Amino acid sequence: MKPSIQHSTFNIEHSTLRFVLPVITAAIILAIWAIAVKLSGTKIFPSPVAVAKAILTLSEKSLLWRYIGDSLTRVFAGYLAAIVAGIPIGFLMGWHAPLARAINPLIQMLRPISPLAWMPLAVIWFGVSNAAPIFLIFLASLFPIIVAAMNGVRNVPPMYLQAGRNFGLSTRQLMIRVVAPAVLPRIMVGLRLAFGIAWVVLVAAEMIAVDSGLGYLIIDARNAGKRYDLVVAGMLMIGVIGLLLDTGIRRVEEWISE
Amino acid sequence: MKVQFTDVSMRFGAMEVLQHVTIGVEEGEFLCIVGPSGCGKSTLLNIAGGFLAPAAGSVTIDGEPVTAPDRRRIFVFQERGVFPWLTVEGNIGFGLFDMPEEARRQRVAQYIQLVGLDGFEKAYPRELSGGMKQRVEVARALAVNPDVLFLDEPFGALDSITRLQMRSELLRIWRAERKTVLFVTHDIDESVQLADRVVVMSARPGRIRRVVDIDIAHPRDLSSKRYIELRDLIFGEIGLAHQV
Repeated sequence: MKPSIQHSTFNIEHSTLRFVLPVITAAIILAIWAIAVKLSGTKIFPSPVAVAKAILTLSEKSLLWRYIGDSLTRVFAGYLAAIVAGIPIGFLMGWHAPLARAINPLIQMLRPISPLAWMPLAVIWFGVSNAAPIFLIFLASLFPIIVAAMNGVRNVPPMYLQAGRNFGLSTRQLMIRVVAPAVLPRIMVGLRLAFGIAWVVLVAAEMIAVDSGLGYLIIDARNAGKRYDLVVAGMLMIGVIGLLLDTGIRRVEEWISE
Repeated sequence: MKVQFTDVSMRFGAMEVLQHVTIGVEEGEFLCIVGPSGCGKSTLLNIAGGFLAPAAGSVTIDGEPVTAPDRRRIFVFQERGVFPWLTVEGNIGFGLFDMPEEARRQRVAQYIQLVGLDGFEKAYPRELSGGMKQRVEVARALAVNPDVLFLDEPFGALDSITRLQMRSELLRIWRAERKTVLFVTHDIDESVQLADRVVVMSARPGRIRRVVDIDIAHPRDLSSKRYIELRDLIFGEIGLAHQV
């Protein structure tokens, strides 16, 4: 027999718990981290306090804000380009089965190649510039967006299309008034997944192809003086910003599916 | 004849689904098509709606051959056909896109009232019960003022109480609007409660076994002798002794 969970007692404190529980977890991790640094007597790995100080110093120097700005600009440029290209391609492939048969194998072959594997080519084509990481982010987000749009269009319930046709819609009207709203929730899920990948790829790309941004901050802190407090500070910033952006996209997703 | 099926046959690949179906439906008539599942009754409706082309034979409406879907005859599915991204108003007004704003609003309001959804204008389908969603779909179909309605097991997904209510609602609306109705169901009771005539189909490949006139005036007494006679006749025709 399944153990029965008393949902009602959970629900009363649900909102407080949702906030308090993660804070407790974080506090425990920070404590373990601080104690481990202390006990091991490491000179390389920074303590939580050292990292907090590093973040403060960075933010005072405005370098951090510039790096965050650069990273965000790149990720959004590549990601938006992927949306603009990927959604129409996915729509066409979902609508015209022969087109999907022609292109899909190519996409499925390119998809498992890590976008980072394109790095050498990106550097040849674009040099050490903003264009190289933007290109990699574009590639990273393009395929999941195409696939989400294609599957979304394919899976529009036939009844909706039949009803649309019955009311005399042209193919164009059918696309706008039936297919687009029907696939929107699914596409939003694809967009969120794509953004997660884009953010991960961004940091790696910035370690190689440019000289600013959060990825560069990490690699530069290590290379320039083994400043591991800055390395960990950079990692934390990446995590926090990634979380905030994901939450933002989730909100949009929920708002759309309402 | 409003709708005329002439020697309609249909196959999907090697599978014969319909054989030589010939039947005419009068203007304003309520015709039910019953038969065992897989007998091609939905296919027949889809052919009449212009969504499928028959392998042989023809369907004409007002003497014109049916070649494509048309706004003058609307297909109603189970309630899953309502658009989840539109409100009740949006769904009912869906087919009225070429109408001026004001006329459209009036028409939508009129049909919201007809199907008894007053107060739910701004609600989304997920906030509605199955029966209410079905009303939305019927209203969406009626709003474009079609002269033929095709209903494909429209109440199949509803609970038995709601189904009974929806039947009398549908009859009330049908009397008010006087549409020609082709109604597919596998529920024999439903067909005897609703139809002027019941077409009984055989198992696949579907042929017309018999056409039964339901000569009982509305409102129909479901325990009257004639009702039970006709129902048993159809049960027998399908080959079911209705004993459990």
